[in-house]
Amino acid sequence: MATTEHAPQVGSVQAVGIRQVLSDTMIIAWRNIRGSLRVPDTQIYMFIQPIMFVLLFAYVFGGAIPVEGVNYREFLMAGIFVQTMAFAVAPASVGLSDDMHKGLIDRFRSLPMARSSVIAGRVVSDLCSQLVVLVIMMICGVIVGWGVHNGVGPFLAGVGLMLLFAFAMLWVGAVIGLSVGNPQVAASAGLIWLFPVVFLSNAFVPPETMPALVQTIAEWNPISSMVAGARELFGNESIIVSDAWPMQNPVAAALIWCLLITVVFAPLAVRKYKAAASK
Amino acid sequence: MNAISAEGLMKTFGSGEKAVRAVDDVGLTVAEGTVLGLLGPNGAGKTTTVRMLTTLLAPDGGRATVAGHDVVTQPQAVRASIGLSGQFAAIDENLTGRENLWMFGRLYQLSSKQARRRSDELLEQFSLAEAADRPAKTYSGGMRRRLDLAGSLLIHPKVLFLDEPTTGLDPASRMELWDVIRERVSGGATIMLTTQYLEEADALADRIVVIDHGRIIAEGTADELKAKVGGERIEVVVHDPAALSTATEILQRGSAGECSVDEHTRRLTVPAATGSKGLVQVIRDLDAAEVEIDDIGLRRPTLDDVFLHLTGRFAEEEPAAEAVAQGVSSGND
Ligand SMILES: Nc1ncnc2c1ncn2[C@@H]1O[C@H](COP(=O)(O)OP(=O)(O)O)[C@@H](O)[C@H]1O
Ligand SMILES: [Mg+2]
Repeated sequence: MATTEHAPQVGSVQAVGIRQVLSDTMIIAWRNIRGSLRVPDTQIYMFIQPIMFVLLFAYVFGGAIPVEGVNYREFLMAGIFVQTMAFAVAPASVGLSDDMHKGLIDRFRSLPMARSSVIAGRVVSDLCSQLVVLVIMMICGVIVGWGVHNGVGPFLAGVGLMLLFAFAMLWVGAVIGLSVGNPQVAASAGLIWLFPVVFLSNAFVPPETMPALVQTIAEWNPISSMVAGARELFGNESIIVSDAWPMQNPVAAALIWCLLITVVFAPLAVRKYKAAASK
Repeated sequence: MNAISAEGLMKTFGSGEKAVRAVDDVGLTVAEGTVLGLLGPNGAGKTTTVRMLTTLLAPDGGRATVAGHDVVTQPQAVRASIGLSGQFAAIDENLTGRENLWMFGRLYQLSSKQARRRSDELLEQFSLAEAADRPAKTYSGGMRRRLDLAGSLLIHPKVLFLDEPTTGLDPASRMELWDVIRERVSGGATIMLTTQYLEEADALADRIVVIDHGRIIAEGTADELKAKVGGERIEVVVHDPAALSTATEILQRGSAGECSVDEHTRRLTVPAATGSKGLVQVIRDLDAAEVEIDDIGLRRPTLDDVFLHLTGRFAEEEPAAEAVAQGVSSGND
């Protein structure tokens, strides 16, 4: 279907100014947030799940997973932050496949709006909700004994890093959502692979306790870089005995991973969006 | 002036063996302020045609202008002049009716205030005011349809595309929607409406284009089409097979056409020359002749009759082998 690639979608001269792109994007973001707050799933996802995770790990696993020489709750929080940022895959994939399924994407495309705003609006709304979740988790963290020890600058950098990771992951979600086209499938396809990936990292236990091969995987796992990077910026205890480059330079590694994931998945998502829309 | 004009529109989905020519050389024009009914069975290519005319799909061939703008080279100008209500209500279920309309209004580039004012008007007009602040997922099928249609009218579009606006609705909601559409027509809008029901095209459209397997197979006014098919018929089912010949004689008497007899179902059909008057006469005559009947009625021609007449097969049937050989693929999925 080479012919569908040009003509209206790409070849068209869209007389859409930057102000319109911004305003359309905000309207789509508004409707995503407004609508999702009415869905019990999202309410649980945004307000119950983060609190539950913090409490569960701090009080249930916290005692059972002794990490030598480290305050486990301090150690743990960055892992939970990163895991939750990775969950940004879910709202993006479910949201987009739902819009597709219900024909809303077609409707948007028949309106004189900026086409990029459908995805851009998704990005904005998902980043907003991830920020809210992050703040809720941080407050819970402080309550259970987590703290920031490096000052305001690195703390803000850490928050920025978390959002950057959410940003990268929501492109992965967009690709999944636009590929499966069925919200139910998108929900599980978006998350099912994430758990093993998160557990195969330094998020909850130090990789040093793992068998050699698994340890290597864990050290090069992007999640590990993110977690180690967050621990460094927040000044949380972390015991890095590994020589692997990402573990020695966690913040740089984390930035590179975010960039890589975005560079691969964002164009793919945009392509999927155009292809799906021209069907 | 033509509000819509298309010539040689082509669209093929897939490639090679599995290629489906969804729209094959479709040309049509719709004069400003008139209603065109695009009539065809499931899979005929109605939605694909509408999608090309509304800039959602790039044609493989041909060209089209809507409200004076080329759909391929000036899509944004086309979008700013049209309203589209697709085959399936495309509304945000988590937003309320009011929020949905406000959003569509904003995306039509109305100011927030304009969008609010226009939403209020439309909610009122479409009898949705009461439910306006409930999430749309609580709406009935008819309400969703109306909200969807309202969403396409935020800017008083010059050209309105309605893809099977009443499919799946109960008769009452269908009538309601017809009224809404008629109102638009009297307001001077140009409308392209697709439907599977001859009756609907008859009720709403000035002109009808019949499409099958992506090709236009007939066009004209509803009356012209019905005249082709032979207009209304009287249908009688007699109780006793022995009475068939008497009944045939009676039916034949008041009609210019041939009376067809199905002995198996004891059903007789004859073109009704004088409409309901003829029917009354037939009932009287049958009664006088003491023919007992199970069922009698005046039947209007349906899409099936048009199809049977135009193509020699029923609308839902698989295409003839010869049609497949020409590369016209089956539309029923
Ligand atoms: N995106 C698509 N991909 C492949 N085939 C399609 C697609 N859209 C429509 N078709 C096929 O094109 C034909 C016409 O479909 P459509 O325009 O939806 O018909 P209608 O609206 O009259 O029911 C059908 O055979 C349908 O299966
Ligand atoms: Mg259709």
